[in-house]
Amino acid sequence: MITLSPSAPADVVTSEGNGVDLVCFATPSQYFALIESFKNDGFEMCADLCGVDYLEHANRVLPEGIVATRFEVVVNLLSLSKKQRVRVRVQAGSDRAEVDSLFSLYPGTEAMEREAFDFFGILFTNHPELTRILMPEDWEGHPLRKDYGIGKVPVQFKDAPGPR
Amino acid sequence: MSENIRTAERIELLAAETSEGAQELKRRENTGSEELGRELGSVLRLDGLTLDPNSIDFERRDDETMIINMGPSHPSTHGVLRLMLELDGEYVLRTKPVVGYLHTGMEKTGESLSYVQGGTNVTRMDYLSPVINELAYSMAVETLLNIEVPERAVWIRMMMSELNRISSHLVWMSTNGMDLGSTSMMIYGLRERELILAFFEKTAGLRMNLNYVRPGGVAADLPDGWQDDVEVICDTIYARTFEYDQLLTGQPIFRQRMIGVAPITAEEALALGVTGPLLRSTGVAWDLRRSMPYLAYDKIDFDVIVGTYGDNFDRYAIRLNEIRESIRIVRQCIEMMPRGDYKSQDAKVTPPPRARINESMEALIHHFKLFTEGFHVPAGEVYTAVESPRGELGCYIVADGGPKPYRIHVRAPSFVNVQAIPLLMRGGTISDAITVISTVDPVMGEVDR
Repeated sequence: MITLSPSAPADVVTSEGNGVDLVCFATPSQYFALIESFKNDGFEMCADLCGVDYLEHANRVLPEGIVATRFEVVVNLLSLSKKQRVRVRVQAGSDRAEVDSLFSLYPGTEAMEREAFDFFGILFTNHPELTRILMPEDWEGHPLRKDYGIGKVPVQFKDAPGPR
Repeated sequence: MSENIRTAERIELLAAETSEGAQELKRRENTGSEELGRELGSVLRLDGLTLDPNSIDFERRDDETMIINMGPSHPSTHGVLRLMLELDGEYVLRTKPVVGYLHTGMEKTGESLSYVQGGTNVTRMDYLSPVINELAYSMAVETLLNIEVPERAVWIRMMMSELNRISSHLVWMSTNGMDLGSTSMMIYGLRERELILAFFEKTAGLRMNLNYVRPGGVAADLPDGWQDDVEVICDTIYARTFEYDQLLTGQPIFRQRMIGVAPITAEEALALGVTGPLLRSTGVAWDLRRSMPYLAYDKIDFDVIVGTYGDNFDRYAIRLNEIRESIRIVRQCIEMMPRGDYKSQDAKVTPPPRARINESMEALIHHFKLFTEGFHVPAGEVYTAVESPRGELGCYIVADGGPKPYRIHVRAPSFVNVQAIPLLMRGGTISDAITVISTVDPVMGEVDR
């Protein structure tokens, strides 16, 4: 297990995790500063960024002091020089999920954040161009949300007259 | 005017029907200077990487340039990649990849499949390296279950994933040759790949989308006489890599189109999250098999191939030499293959052999439970990463204690690597654009998932 760098925001809760050296739990206000401290600490690459919708698990087990929200943003950082991985889990919000964009730190998150927006409707502040990426532009809803009915919604075709 | 003649309104209607709206590349008159600068310098705005403002031609007007679509169905886009290119004559000024044409909601599908069925889903993402997709998924599930995989299964997995890497790189060699006009390479590459696919069929029953690597081990033991088969594959392909050398490496036209074309620096590649041969071509010796060993890669001897200039030719040379390195690994696997079980003997995870079902009530119950409900996985989350032929293939699973993953996300290397295309294409000619798509090697099944 590795320790946080001194420049990281105070009272970030950490724990151990599967497949990584450290898991950090951050609030949206700590998020950007925490990732920035990791970047300055030798984590050169943002390997992965994705959203999770915990609609059915509002009371999931989290370390003490962490208020669970419906949406989480999960970031996996990679340090090539130290051969370490770090996972940051951000409680992004319930009704309106919004976190800072990592674009200015890791430009490679551009597409990943667009994917999280497309699938979950999570907003990323200061993202240069937050549009859908995999779904068509006129798609209704965010399909990986847990309340997005599967098998109940008629298939949407472009410009086809639909029920809605 | 007759009704049949297409008027301007109808053309606009047609354009509206196929529009992707804000996902598309905007015309210059509608693009702000900040956005333009960002697009011209790809998405890079880091310290030391900022674009020289003098090299941005803000004054250029729309009537001097033209935005054209390359794809979604263009023979050289390797699937349904759509690139919007802004051209000035023959030169590419801006590029924007528009993806999603092959999106089938596989991550959503994965949430309604049990862990037993999940392998059939992930194997269809990167359809050129199915074994490696299954491997990342299975390793994630095994970490959550906290089960040991038998030694023989580990080595079988390693040998199969290296064979898969060879076949994937052979497809790349073929299509790359095809894009550059060498149709012979296309035929030779696919001919050699067929040897490996035939072995896959003999072992797993299918040529592609094998669902061979499963949580707990592999689906079947290697067939009798597999050593001979694999040795023939190794010998044949190893000898033929030198024929490829003769055909392509020294070929003046091929060299002219590859050497020095579309270079990328290590800083840019790291900032964009690019991995795999694209990253190694810049001189960064990052290969998960070596840097963060999984399976038994720390017990065998192989070299990580690294380039210097990050250009097309480096990426070609890396892939060609990785075929040779993979053959080296496969040969060591033949020698060091241990005996024993090929799947975990944990009855809750692996189905019983067919004969046991007839005589044991317990085996029958296990079999029934496994193939109806599936096994339960303790709550938790995990991220595992393996080195696919295209880069870091990660699998992030959130388990909630039930028989199906609560969330499954695959970090597809091609999805991230596609972001490097605008940077690589900038300032090149449109014929170089073809080689760029080719050497980035995106598999659209994986990009769009």
